[in-house]
Amino acid sequence: MYSVNYHRASSVADAAKLIKKGDAKFLSGGMTLIPAMKTRLAAPSDLVDLNHIAELKGIKVSGKTVTIGAATTHYEVATDEKLKKVCPAIAELAGLIGDVAVRYRGTIGGSIANNDPAADYPAALMALDATVVTNKRQIPAEKFFKGLFETALKDDEIVTAVTFTAPPKAAYQKFPNPASRYAITGVFVTKGKDGVRVAVTGAGDNGVFRSKEIEAALAKKFDAAALDGVKVPSANMMTDMHASADYRANLVLVMAKRAVTAANAGA
Amino acid sequence: MGIEGIGARVARKEDKRFITGAGRYVDDMVVPGMKHAAFVRSPYAHAQIRKIDVKAAQAMPGVIAVLTGKELKADGIGNLICGWMIHSKDGSPMKMGAWSPLAVDKVRYVGDAVAIVVADTKGQARDAAEAVEVTYKELKAVADVTEAVRKGAPQIHPEAEGNLIFDWEIGNAKETEAAFKKAAHVVKMDVINNRLVPNAMEPRAALGHYDKAEDHYTCWTTSQNPHVARLVMSAFYNVAPENKLRVIAPDVGGGFGSKIYIYPEELVCLWASKKSGVPVKWVADRSESFLCDAHGRDHVTHAEMAFDENHKILGFKVETMANLGAYMSLFSSATPTYLYATLLSGQYDIPAIHGNVKAIYTNTAPVDAYRGAGRPEAAFLVERMMEVSARQFGISPAELRRKNFITSFPHQTPVIMNYDAGDFAASLDAAMKEADYAGFAKRKAEAAKRGKLRGIGMSCYIEACGIAPSAAVGSLGAGVGLWESAEVRVNAVGTIEVLTGSHSHGQGHETTFAQLVAERLSVPLDSISIVHGDTDKVQMGMGTYGSRSGAVGMSAISKALDKVEAKAKKIAAHLMEADEGDIVIENGALKVAGTDKSVPWFQVALAAYTAHNLPGGMEPGLKETAFYDPSNFTFPAGCYICEVEIDPDTGVTEIVQFVAADDFGNIINPMIVEGQVHGGIAQGIGQALLEGAHYDPDSGQLLTASYMDYTMPRAADLPSFKVSTSNTPSPSNPLGMKGCGEAGAIGSPPAVINAITDAIGTEDLTMPATPQKVWAAIRSATKH
Ligand SMILES: Cc1cc2nc3c(=O)[nH]c(=O)nc-3n(C[C@H](O)[C@H](O)[C@H](O)COP(=O)(O)OP(=O)(O)OC[C@H]3O[C@@H](n4cnc5c(N)ncnc54)[C@H](O)[C@@H]3O)c2cc1C
Repeated sequence: MYSVNYHRASSVADAAKLIKKGDAKFLSGGMTLIPAMKTRLAAPSDLVDLNHIAELKGIKVSGKTVTIGAATTHYEVATDEKLKKVCPAIAELAGLIGDVAVRYRGTIGGSIANNDPAADYPAALMALDATVVTNKRQIPAEKFFKGLFETALKDDEIVTAVTFTAPPKAAYQKFPNPASRYAITGVFVTKGKDGVRVAVTGAGDNGVFRSKEIEAALAKKFDAAALDGVKVPSANMMTDMHASADYRANLVLVMAKRAVTAANAGA
Repeated sequence: MGIEGIGARVARKEDKRFITGAGRYVDDMVVPGMKHAAFVRSPYAHAQIRKIDVKAAQAMPGVIAVLTGKELKADGIGNLICGWMIHSKDGSPMKMGAWSPLAVDKVRYVGDAVAIVVADTKGQARDAAEAVEVTYKELKAVADVTEAVRKGAPQIHPEAEGNLIFDWEIGNAKETEAAFKKAAHVVKMDVINNRLVPNAMEPRAALGHYDKAEDHYTCWTTSQNPHVARLVMSAFYNVAPENKLRVIAPDVGGGFGSKIYIYPEELVCLWASKKSGVPVKWVADRSESFLCDAHGRDHVTHAEMAFDENHKILGFKVETMANLGAYMSLFSSATPTYLYATLLSGQYDIPAIHGNVKAIYTNTAPVDAYRGAGRPEAAFLVERMMEVSARQFGISPAELRRKNFITSFPHQTPVIMNYDAGDFAASLDAAMKEADYAGFAKRKAEAAKRGKLRGIGMSCYIEACGIAPSAAVGSLGAGVGLWESAEVRVNAVGTIEVLTGSHSHGQGHETTFAQLVAERLSVPLDSISIVHGDTDKVQMGMGTYGSRSGAVGMSAISKALDKVEAKAKKIAAHLMEADEGDIVIENGALKVAGTDKSVPWFQVALAAYTAHNLPGGMEPGLKETAFYDPSNFTFPAGCYICEVEIDPDTGVTEIVQFVAADDFGNIINPMIVEGQVHGGIAQGIGQALLEGAHYDPDSGQLLTASYMDYTMPRAADLPSFKVSTSNTPSPSNPLGMKGCGEAGAIGSPPAVINAITDAIGTEDLTMPATPQKVWAAIRSATKH
């Protein structure tokens, strides 16, 4: 790691000021940023630590409306009792991220700001039709995630929270990479008053996406059997040493079926 | 057996310090004035070095020295060697290219060391290493053996034309051809043994300290064999004469073979210490371990087996290409030859065998022995062949094996080995019973109802440990003898130190070696200390690899104990005015058999050192030394059965049952043996299902260079193992031991792959059998 100046921000406003220094970067759980710095692949001049800002922390549930502060850890999301009541799917998703150490440090804000194409939260946010709240504006999830490691965020923009309305039915199924435990393919399905939404992470060659084929089939009948014979095209799937495009396309369908079954069972 | 002697499940003495974080590893060593090193490494797999400019680096904060290969050469430091000469079938010696500890005009793999930077802190050393400007001219690289031997492939070393190091054979080609002519059936297969990264928990490290006042060098290093390191560094690398060089391998956190070899880093640290005038420490980070530790396996093989009409094996033909990487590591030539092809007979009576092994350079990390070393490759080949053949013949895999088992001993195979003892059917029976093999069909039908494909596979492996005798291995090309030494020092108050040339890096020697002494001298375990890993304390020894520490290292201790015991009995007989032949050792005392006369052990020791009343002409003291050179290899063997369930939708394999029935000869501590088997099977399952080192075929970049991409087995990937032993003592050493350190890694991969291929109905599957490969294999099998 190169030497770096560390700043502990006391408020969102303070962080917004501090980020103007040199080539500064926000630090949340550090589960992505710190390893990159240790291997010298990232070399910010300054770090602005967001972990001690009270307004970024915690989960609020009011009726069906859920708001998760950006600095909330995966562990907190996985174990929050109010959240588990209204939207168990997202709590379960958080419990599948990485390993215990990663879940204790990593945060939802850091995860979505990073937008790793194999990260889990992007699928949830897209399927839940969530809104990403920043210190400047509100961005619908669909507009927020833009390809591989790219988001709608400006360099000095801070994710402050994620908010969504919990749907009656939702579930996430993940096929983990056996080494890293990121998603080789993860599928989040929801059925709400605006219909069925199916978001896929890990598989697409341009990051998280909604599967129109699967949504169309499930709109007719929200049942795993409705997906028999559905063709998921492999054209825009990623191929790497862990999985071919064909295999990922297959996993999308298999995980979608399992997710629908789980969503129906959970309702 | 006493509660602490041979056969007792004594808890490991060394674990207290390991699990409380009190172990002392190379990185824990601190010497006054010590500084830190970082290596400049090649980012290219193959390139010419045009220029190295160190000026900017030298000017960086904290930098003490920046040294390159040119200066190393100028100081007369030698190239790295391979310690086992192999001759090709045309009689020519292997074509070894030069391996300079710091590359001078060419780099040959990603990670090849080019320069060393010494600085006040590790961070400064790294910063300065980045500032060393190396001008490379990139050359075309080749990572794959089959590509490396093609016409027009990049030439890696001028000495080895077409990248061919040797083209070696074993067995009898003519007799084997004749056997194939008589065959009723011939089974052919192509097998790849996947490349693995060793991944010891402790990365490699070295601390070199040149003491100007004494003109003396000390090297703390993560070595499995510190004496061999000293020998090689002085005799071949010209770092210092042996009497001026002390090598210490303190607690070492796992080796699996990868810490046998003498790597560039330790000798460069020693040399750099003299050059820069400060003690120099280097500790690899995990990325360096992935790139620069010697990798394992990496064979591509075509094999054919000939059978008569009754399915008796007539002959076996094997053609193997072994990837040795960019340089020949210390024992790299022995691994795919004498440690591999000598085991091609497996547990079977095969009248004619011919093996041909081509060793090939590629632009990848050096490849050498890794847990099992050659024997896993042989077992995988033979045991896949047996299973596939049985399936082709439509007979049970157990039956085919039974029909061909060697049943009388000694048995001379056509490939050098002379098996001295074993009972292969006993292990097979034990494993099948434990696995309820007979009930498999029912379990398969039940799994099918749940939509799962269930399969069962076995592996009847044999291996060879305690490579010996020295004269024999010398005639086969070994540059060293493969004996072991021991010294038993009884102190004046009766406590005991055993100094052994073996090195413990996870095996538990401090416990098992002490158990042997406790058994023989009837003293408490706590009064015995095992000393190892320091060339200033312990006389020349050969170290630990190839499951040799029990069979060879403990045999040396046993020989030294014979001498101690004889002298102690003489003293006791003298003190009690009895006949020395009547003295027995029991309950901490030497007794006159059949009487109530006895002297406590400590009094005999004291008598030896006060020397007030010793038998006439006896030298004072009670300390004996022995060197032990075994008369033969030992042959651990066994039967492993694996049962799997596969999810056809995803290709995920779950191991639902794993049974190991081994024959390890006599056992000192069953708990430690079970631990070794568990660890070995975990690594074998890792190879079969999860692990694989992948280089980009064009750029030669290691793609699996971290744990984000290289899958280490985790507890949740493994079933609960059912292990047992049924033992036939080895007649080749005084303790009747065979060795157990590698068996698990040798026997398990074929059992796993045999089970998966049984479940999915196609043999077309390579390791690691990842979900995607299994899924694709199922798909292509159902398409046809
Ligand atoms: C071994 C391992 C396994 C993992 N497995 C998984 C997995 O299975 N699934 C998964 O989804 N993830 C996985 N992760 C990633 C993990 O979830 C991280 O938490 C996540 O990628 C980043 O979150 P963080 O809080 O650690 O962010 P950091 O590492 O601190 O920051 C990441 C990036 O986001 C920026 N940033 C952080 N917070 C904000 C903010 N509030 N506003 C704007 N920008 C911000 C930072 O500047 C940085 O560029 C794994 C990580 C590891 C190390």
